[in-house]
Amino acid sequence: QGKFTLLRDTRTDGSFLVHHFLSFYLRAGCKVCFVALLQSFSHYNIVAQKLGVSLAAARERGQLVFLEGLKSCLDLLFGEEREEEQTGQPSPLQFISESASNLKALFDFVQTSLTPTGGDSWKGPVLLVDDLGVLLSLGAAPVAVLDFIHYCRVAVCSQLKGNIVVLVHSHEDSEDEENELVVNSLCHHSDLILWAEGLATGFCKDVHGEIKIIKRASLELRGEQDHVQIYQYKIQDKNVTFFARGLSAAVL
Amino acid sequence: LVFTEEDKYGLYSSLLFKYFLAEGVVCGHDLFVASAKEHPDNILKELPAPLLDDTYRNELGEEATTVKSNDFQDSMKIAWRYQNLPKMEASPTSTKFGHYYDVSKTMSPELFQSIKWHSFYLPEELSSQPKMKSCNMNSAYTRLLHSIQRIIYQEGFDGSDPQKKQKNILRIGIQSLGSMLWGDDICSSETPEDIHSLTKFLYVLRGLLRKSLSACIITLPAHLIQNKAIMERVTNLSDTVVGLESFIGSERETNPLYKDYHGLVHVHQIPRLNSLICDVSDTKDLAFRLKRKQFTIERLHLPPDLSDTVSRASKQDLAESAKLLSSGCGAMAIGKKHLDF
Repeated sequence: QGKFTLLRDTRTDGSFLVHHFLSFYLRAGCKVCFVALLQSFSHYNIVAQKLGVSLAAARERGQLVFLEGLKSCLDLLFGEEREEEQTGQPSPLQFISESASNLKALFDFVQTSLTPTGGDSWKGPVLLVDDLGVLLSLGAAPVAVLDFIHYCRVAVCSQLKGNIVVLVHSHEDSEDEENELVVNSLCHHSDLILWAEGLATGFCKDVHGEIKIIKRASLELRGEQDHVQIYQYKIQDKNVTFFARGLSAAVL
Repeated sequence: LVFTEEDKYGLYSSLLFKYFLAEGVVCGHDLFVASAKEHPDNILKELPAPLLDDTYRNELGEEATTVKSNDFQDSMKIAWRYQNLPKMEASPTSTKFGHYYDVSKTMSPELFQSIKWHSFYLPEELSSQPKMKSCNMNSAYTRLLHSIQRIIYQEGFDGSDPQKKQKNILRIGIQSLGSMLWGDDICSSETPEDIHSLTKFLYVLRGLLRKSLSACIITLPAHLIQNKAIMERVTNLSDTVVGLESFIGSERETNPLYKDYHGLVHVHQIPRLNSLICDVSDTKDLAFRLKRKQFTIERLHLPPDLSDTVSRASKQDLAESAKLLSSGCGAMAIGKKHLDF
């Protein structure tokens, strides 16, 4: 409860973790607000079906609030003025067209979606973001992105006792300083970090990468160090298998 | 969204661009061509002619079989472990995907009759239209987006017209995006005025492609962009990213290892759509060459190093490029060994 999990990938695609958390929380009966900036709804839906969850059904019954970033941006650019007046709410991605680079509209959207209404019986709220770096590409300043996350933490983790899961990309030689700034800052404040990396030795058919699981015990002020666990993984069509380093099925 | 990083002189990337469009014509898809430097009519006049008869395919088949039968008898003595691997096939024999083209001839105008094509030539567009909603984006990009959106909507590629029974695909080709001709200064200065225009453009384009039946190829002079952060963001926003590195003017031109080829193909990213996994292939070292009639992309296979002196420089180069290609899950080659359009 009230945890902030950071999903991080370096030179590989960590989106399988996003799919996992999405189906995990939906199956657990939580109310999920998914800010999906990079892919379309049908992409996530098709993968989720392979994992045994129907996003369309979850959306129907109000368990899932899905913000499809691509579609929202199109409406913003090509939509007509009167549509906005009709719904009465400004677009969550409003910051793209305004010179003020603050993500308040996005935060309001998240807060409205996750605040429990009268008839709700869902267990804890969850905010899922895929992926945060897109906000920087769309013109948000790094400080604005960090502010947004901070506000979300206060609202979702502290007030509503929910969880947040965010995906970011990074790598050491990256020249994208703004992105590295955001990622480093988030790392310091996360309760749990799942870091997926490609193998240092190069591409391998049987081992797609290595994942480091870092439990930030150091944040709990008990004088403990962070616990780090490392596993290797292989992604299959409907599943991801994890195993200890060097013990891939291909080797044994 | 296929993103191609141009080679230095733009020769090979424009060839790849034309192949994409030519395939569209042959398959009966609609085309949308956008350029800031060359009028789309001229681009379309230079599309390679398709090879529609069987004779060429047979030629190719013959070549490959003669190679095979030659050294079938020799068994390997030292490298016996490799005995069981299939013989290296640089060109395909049986897979038929797409069409073949003859680069020495241009496509005949009759083939264009059956398709609809739309063009966007920046110098013409700038003089006409009134101001439009832009989201703080460069005005050239804004116009291009509005133009694409208009075509998608009018021609019903986004399913908005239920009356239209026959669904077709729109192939969009945008040449040399990001160059100075589009009014963007990311290629000329290290701290450009507006670093977000290109990425915003790509995001909106991605949205348009996702909600319609279209595919897009963009070429970009990546070697001119000094702010590498932009390229990283661009890669993140595209589905497929391919870089072409030509050997012209570089030390590799005279390197005997590369004598058969004109350049390397770097596949930086392939799409992972609608699935947890993506298509994986055995090899990631691809090189291209431009023969008189054909542009081919093949597995880079080097002749054995029989020299006494080990040439350190070239080996290091190769090791580096292999590392770039093979690190992590993100960079994987497309599953076809020989790509023809």
